Amino acid sequence: MSAREDILGRIRSALRDAPVAPQIPRAYRTSSELDHDALIHLLVDRLVDYKARVCVLDAAEVPERIAELLADARSYVIPAGLDPDWTAGPHFAPDGDRRRVDSVSAPLTVAELDGVDAVVTGSAVAVAETGTIILDGSPNQGRRAISLVPDYHICVVNAADIAGILPEALRRIDGTRPLTMISGPSATSDIELERVEGVHGPRILDVIIAR
Amino acid sequence: MSTFLGMPSLPVFGTGNLHAAESFPTAAHRELGNAQLRANLGHATHTIRDKRLQVVSELPDWEQLRDAGSAIKESVMARLPELLEQFEQNFTARGGVIHWARDAGEANDIVAGLIRDTGETEVVKVKSMATQEIGLNEYLEEQGITAFETDLAELIVQLDHDKPSHILVPAIHKNRTEIRDIFLREMPGADPALTDNPAVLAMAARAHLRRKFLTAKVAVSGANFALADSGTLAVVESEGNGRMCLTLPETLITVMGVEKLLPTWQDLEVFMQLLPRSSTGERMNPYTSLWTGVTDGDGPRNVHLVLLDNGRSAALADEMGRSALHCIRCSACMNVCPVYERTGGHAYGSTYPGPIGAILSPLLTGIESEENSSLPYASSLCGACYDACPVKINIPDILVHLRSVDVDSKRGKKKLPSQMDVGMKAASWALSSGKRLGLVEKGLPLGRLAAGPDHKITKLPGIAAGWTQSRDIPAPPQKSFRDWWAKEHHGPETGGTNAPARGTARADAHLNAQDKEDGA
Repeated sequence: MSAREDILGRIRSALRDAPVAPQIPRAYRTSSELDHDALIHLLVDRLVDYKARVCVLDAAEVPERIAELLADARSYVIPAGLDPDWTAGPHFAPDGDRRRVDSVSAPLTVAELDGVDAVVTGSAVAVAETGTIILDGSPNQGRRAISLVPDYHICVVNAADIAGILPEALRRIDGTRPLTMISGPSATSDIELERVEGVHGPRILDVIIAR
Repeated sequence: MSTFLGMPSLPVFGTGNLHAAESFPTAAHRELGNAQLRANLGHATHTIRDKRLQVVSELPDWEQLRDAGSAIKESVMARLPELLEQFEQNFTARGGVIHWARDAGEANDIVAGLIRDTGETEVVKVKSMATQEIGLNEYLEEQGITAFETDLAELIVQLDHDKPSHILVPAIHKNRTEIRDIFLREMPGADPALTDNPAVLAMAARAHLRRKFLTAKVAVSGANFALADSGTLAVVESEGNGRMCLTLPETLITVMGVEKLLPTWQDLEVFMQLLPRSSTGERMNPYTSLWTGVTDGDGPRNVHLVLLDNGRSAALADEMGRSALHCIRCSACMNVCPVYERTGGHAYGSTYPGPIGAILSPLLTGIESEENSSLPYASSLCGACYDACPVKINIPDILVHLRSVDVDSKRGKKKLPSQMDVGMKAASWALSSGKRLGLVEKGLPLGRLAAGPDHKITKLPGIAAGWTQSRDIPAPPQKSFRDWWAKEHHGPETGGTNAPARGTARADAHLNAQDKEDGA
């Protein structure tokens, strides 16, 4: 008998008392009552608590802010589908020699990514209550590796994409995409439970919330 | 729902690092002698339980989430065959490959074979309880394959040739100075000026593992959840080592117990609220990765999943104990356990320590597994673990249930009556009549002879020795209560002044009548 048949048989045999699957009580919160400003305020508070750096700007101010944040980076990577306006304009010219563009059809190697100082991505959804940003691999967020290997991640969150609590956020996501949920920069608490930011993932996370 | 019509089979128990090498009382006695361990554990468990209470109290619907989590897991157990098949179909449809493993040996063989097929001799690993359980690292080493643990705590334990002692924080028993010394001794190229600052130590680990991450072709992981309706796997972590392993290599091999399923994508909203808050005391862990089979151009091209039984079907067959399989490995129970806090995780022997380990290990191995049969007694039954459990596993009830299974399994095995049998018989004889008890009590003051000048008995013989192993017994009084009472109320010296009250006289008459009925 194959292991599969064997194991399924054992499990069926273990359930010979025919337990009935209960109704799932879903009395927990599935939506929050927060308005637009409260959502932004809460997300900022939670991200700062995780030692992320956050600013809230009008959409028109985003390119200038990104340029400022990238001022010290010798090189940076962007996904091919990033909003072209975010890394365009007078702040970025001439920028060709330090910008790398990554896409599924023309991916950078891991070694190339390791040589890059920073990455700029968009995001799919954010969860205000937990300070979580969800990336779903859409063209403006790119492959999972680009937001992982460089040491500095600049992430733009559209204010309209902020959900109050996790159930609201997960409803907006296709679960079969390659997903990454990010809550602050990389961190460990493995030594005497003292939190240290930055181990293997990006050590610095800058979040720009665009209104 | 399909009904199983075949012959009910005997449960098949798990193998691997589930069996304790010595009984809990023996191991705990030794561990309790380590004052440094107790100090490290006390600090760590109190820190984490305070953090947990703080973030749990922020959620107005925490109890409703626990109710949902508990019911979802109960439903998973009831529908397990159907959900496994559904998951298999969805995961396979998106390019993943599923393997089934009856026990630890079979799982190890499958993983080693998959690695061999890639031609690689090194793999990077995400922290995983399932691979600890099957002893994968040791097996791979025998096969000439080196597995690098990439979680900081697992790295510390691996470098020190030690074993994990906690589900979530495997190096919880070590403090920063001990960790610095391990790095200096075992980490190639460690800076001799390394300090014991946690940030400095974390950066040393980053530098040490960076090259491995960037060049690894094969990674091995566990999974926190598997969603049946989409075929999705999830790994919850903090450091980014998980993301590195799950996305950079060409081949990803995941080992997961069959009980980790959740029926639907929606159920994730419950468990992603319960798990981080219960385990690290955070609103959310820094990183969670989800993948469904293979995604073109993003992440590994070869994605395998080994579905592991290893005693889970046997645990499922125990109607009372099966809810131990609801465990999401958050470790909240061990952080509140007064027994774990003092003995540490190594005393439990199995991969799964603490209150959940005390029920899960004997369920997976069978209570007849000799050294594991002491685990259900490794508890004060205070119930703190039940209160803390995010999926409401009634650990105290299962502990008591397993104690009775243990006693039943031993009944009839011995031909000679045990000391306990003799003692119980003697007690039953003495307690069945007042006169007999009086007779026995007359002998008690003799116990004063056994006590020293400090009026303490420090060592009892035979089966009672366990009682004095960790406490003294005060010497018995000079006379028994009966003697004292008789003297106060009936004695010839005091009889006239202390006439007994009516109630007492009636009670005495009743006792005497009872003695007559008993034929005493």
